[in-house]
Amino acid sequence: MLWLALFFCVPFLIVLKISFAQAVFGQVPPYTPLLETSADGATSLRLHASNYAALLADPLYIAAYLKSLLFASVSTLCCLLLGYPIAYGIARAPRSLRLLLLVLVILPFWTSSLLRTYALIGLLRANGVISQALAAVGIIEPGQAVLHTDLAVYIGIAYNYLPFMILPLAATLIRLDFTLLEAAADLGAKPWQAFVRVTLPLSFPGILAGTLLVFIPAVGEFVIPDVLGGPDALTIGRVLWTEFFTNRDWPLTAAIAVAMLLLIVLPTLLFEYVENRRVAREAQS
Amino acid sequence: MALGYAFLYLPIVSVIVYSFSGSDRATTWGGFSLQWYGALLRNEQILEAAQRSLTIAAISATAAVALGTASGLALSRFGRFPGRGLLSLMNSAPMVMPDVMLGLSSLLLFVGLQQIFGWPERGMTTITLAHITLTACYVTVVVRSRMTSMDASLEEAAMDLGAKPWRVFFVITLPLIAPALLAGWLLAFTLSLDDLVIASFTSGPGSTTLPMLVYSKVKIGVTPEINALTTIIVVLVAIGVSLAGVLMHRRERSLARLRD
Repeated sequence: MLWLALFFCVPFLIVLKISFAQAVFGQVPPYTPLLETSADGATSLRLHASNYAALLADPLYIAAYLKSLLFASVSTLCCLLLGYPIAYGIARAPRSLRLLLLVLVILPFWTSSLLRTYALIGLLRANGVISQALAAVGIIEPGQAVLHTDLAVYIGIAYNYLPFMILPLAATLIRLDFTLLEAAADLGAKPWQAFVRVTLPLSFPGILAGTLLVFIPAVGEFVIPDVLGGPDALTIGRVLWTEFFTNRDWPLTAAIAVAMLLLIVLPTLLFEYVENRRVAREAQS
Repeated sequence: MALGYAFLYLPIVSVIVYSFSGSDRATTWGGFSLQWYGALLRNEQILEAAQRSLTIAAISATAAVALGTASGLALSRFGRFPGRGLLSLMNSAPMVMPDVMLGLSSLLLFVGLQQIFGWPERGMTTITLAHITLTACYVTVVVRSRMTSMDASLEEAAMDLGAKPWRVFFVITLPLIAPALLAGWLLAFTLSLDDLVIASFTSGPGSTTLPMLVYSKVKIGVTPEINALTTIIVVLVAIGVSLAGVLMHRRERSLARLRD
């Protein structure tokens, strides 16, 4: 078994090594290797930091990072606001209905996210249902399309990642002891007070898990901003894609990827780790 | 809550409705017609890409189940062995890493390998390998949670009765985790079938997968054929998932009855 496990690990280890190698050396171009063998047979290591300098020097990249963060945080918030009532409804539903409701949440996730994003295009056009609904509420001008705006990207990401938010939330809420709410009511708490002071804090692990599951992939998202967003919806994922496929600048692409990992994914994972430790400590005391 | 479910299903339902439209434009209704299904079946490019995607998905899912079972087993049954933390970390890494990152690092690995060994040629092989790496992690999680919730005493009893480890695995463990394996396989299959970003990075000339084709069509402008394609995929997935669900439910029930 262990042999098989190792066999599975090795390819990933190499991938990991290469992605770390970029972080250390700054450049892994496809044609000029890190180790250069010169004419006299001596091997020398050539390091470049110019790609990272380029990242810092060009405001385009920094703007893309900020835009990605904005897209990811707003969409995560939308997911939370939309997903919480659904998860709560599932948790309070009778046991027999619960499984069906959960399956209905998971079912869209089994179909392609690209096709689901495509499905949104029709609804976000000027004559689409969502555009007309938002115009009726007064969020956008009548006759305008949501498609190719930032709003479309928020809707797109929230739509695609909603199941990732609902599932951990529902899992936490199902395990929640609802007699606590009755106790709160007996002690004179109004329903909203009981919710804010009892349900919300107790469902915090689910909120955290859901937020991470939505936020991290949303930061690197390429398809949704590319298909639904306007030309100014430049996220890191899109910049990376363009640098790689259009400009064919592999070292710069690698630098962008490593910077993305260092700036967003690692801090988020670290946050999760610290948070888990805190929860574990509290459970012990 | 009803609003939330409406939000989840409205886009899909609208696509299904428009797939039966007789209009040339993807968003105006032109009477009931099956013309786009006909056009889809005549479109060699789409059929070829679909076949390619299905092949890649089937191979990756099968390999991922084998590998994922192995590491799921190692993580849940072998206690604390050296490198356990590392294995666990490596398992969660591809799931949280953005696709673009995974695609890029896999490609760099393949380019490196090709320079040294002259293998693999970029194309279906590299896409499949990258997909196995990604999907095996998900299978591991599914298998691992099943194994952790399962009673280990059955395996221990078999071992006490003198069964060799491999016999314990095939006679006791494997049938018990079979539902998890099926779920893992389906998950891996759809993940691979769905993937655009990793496939785009690791593909070579002549290995366009279905998502890549759909993406380029969506970029150029929406074609109503995609509506028909989406409908077919949604229906197939719904059938597949409900079949698997019913099968698993029956199994669980008969197992529960055996226990009583």
